[in-house]
Amino acid sequence: MAAVNPFETVELTDLDRAMLSGDHGEAAAVAMRILVAMAGVYGADRLLDIEGAHIDGCLYHGDSGVDFAELLVAGGARVRVPTTLNVGGLDLLHPEEFAGAAERRAKALRLMECYEEMGCRTIWTCAPYQTTPRPAFGQQVAWAESNAIVFANSVLGARTHRYGDFIDICAAITGRVPAVGLHLEENRRGQVVFDFRSLPRSLTSASWLLPAIGYVVGERCANRVPVLLGLENAHEDGLKALGAAAASSGAVALFHAVGITPEAPTLEAALGFRDPERGGVEAEEWIEITADDLRAGLRRLSTVPGAAAPDGGGNDLRIDVVALGSPHFSPREFAELLPMICCRPPAASVEFVVCTNRVSLDFLERGGDLERLRDLGVRVVVDTCVVVAPILRTPAGGVLMTNSGKFAHYAPGNVGFDVVFGSLSECVRSAHAGELRRDPELWP
Amino acid sequence: MSGGELRGRVLVGGAGAGPVLRLEAPLSFWGGVDPATGRIIDRRHPRCGESVSGRVLVMPYGRGSSSSSSVLLEGVRLGTAPAAVVLRELDGILALGAAVARELYEQSPPVVLLAPADWEAVREGDEASVDVSGCLRIAG
Repeated sequence: MAAVNPFETVELTDLDRAMLSGDHGEAAAVAMRILVAMAGVYGADRLLDIEGAHIDGCLYHGDSGVDFAELLVAGGARVRVPTTLNVGGLDLLHPEEFAGAAERRAKALRLMECYEEMGCRTIWTCAPYQTTPRPAFGQQVAWAESNAIVFANSVLGARTHRYGDFIDICAAITGRVPAVGLHLEENRRGQVVFDFRSLPRSLTSASWLLPAIGYVVGERCANRVPVLLGLENAHEDGLKALGAAAASSGAVALFHAVGITPEAPTLEAALGFRDPERGGVEAEEWIEITADDLRAGLRRLSTVPGAAAPDGGGNDLRIDVVALGSPHFSPREFAELLPMICCRPPAASVEFVVCTNRVSLDFLERGGDLERLRDLGVRVVVDTCVVVAPILRTPAGGVLMTNSGKFAHYAPGNVGFDVVFGSLSECVRSAHAGELRRDPELWP
Repeated sequence: MSGGELRGRVLVGGAGAGPVLRLEAPLSFWGGVDPATGRIIDRRHPRCGESVSGRVLVMPYGRGSSSSSSVLLEGVRLGTAPAAVVLRELDGILALGAAVARELYEQSPPVVLLAPADWEAVREGDEASVDVSGCLRIAG
């Protein structure tokens, strides 16, 4: 294998070269050098323009992330395309919610300020697609954060490859990305079909099960593009929960749900056979999903033996935390939660936290519901999230219940809680009782 | 192999040398390597407890979160990174961490891709060096 120099092999425009040579400031030169190096890594022959970016690098993981952001700020970095920010390490509106060390807090804050100084919009949410404006069908963007990536590609039909820390801001500063992966039509066709058609409608239309469906899909398709066949028309919050779970258990960055998502009006379209001469529909793999598969997925979403299903005998399990909002809770999800909570506070032993963004917070404030929730003892946290920042007051080692597949996946490793996955209504009933309450009628 | 030269494809250029740590199972640096010590901390990984620091890290590919690039970068900052990374399959996440380290700290382990048969030939404990052209030399 011969050594190749991407600065010679990747086709660059005059503007790309001007940025490389420092005509647009030192930060643009750094960003362009990294992008060209990565174009070489991926074997791209050119870069392409993007019309927007979403940045995940604003979350503090260590001092090197701050060093990199400071390097860019000192080099005069400004984003060239509309750019939004994912969650940061603290809730800027309610800084008292941060329970970590002062030094970590100061660094997390400085990192967030750096990205603001580069001209990014400070929406601080992992659900940027539920704010406005959002990318249009077919638009090229550079998005980071796995659940945002899968939503942008699948539900909006925008085109982003999987981006993460560092390269996301390089793309935003230059307005360019390597022409690879899901930016290109030929890589967006479905590869493996998950067939849900043998399941009863009561399961395929149950929105609380969508995280379990996503979890099973992610586990079995790794980084291939799945096609979901036989799901009932799910609303956006359901698709967001499904995608977030699939991007947690696997590296899913795009799924097609036949009859639901925009690139999949039919199975044939989802598999990319637009040429009628090709005839039949071929997938690399065809997987029939049974109720047993779903039950097994649900079991893996909980870490407490016996508590994963109504018949497991876990009905007296003490619940210490109920955490909702990964991805961030939308106004519609709050509208579903409010009548369930009703006017009863959660049990005194239960910490009840909802993670959301400022769009939903405004919605709650306008209706007077924010005050009502807070009076009941419900914590509403914005700008950040309980699995990436020290927000929970309950000491690690307890049991956390959630309706989020993503929280269920990451809470054990990131914050040291056992998890129980359940429907929203089960979460609320369990919070009121202080112990696990299952609803057997919901269960497959 | 004892003694010899293998030509790889340079993903991120540089030079480094050290004893080979050969991982048969892929490793996610995020949640898998402690940048403070360079040790493998993923309890489900068969080589948990070993150190990647200063080693020519031979592994099939990275796995998992895109935050692995941050962990490699943090390792370069703290001086615990591998001396070189030798992959069998293309992995953009570790290459990105190395490319950023080169910009930020003016040093990074080289990241090199070997053809599968060549990759198989590198043995645990070999004294190996990687040069800027992507050539892996094993002391014989």
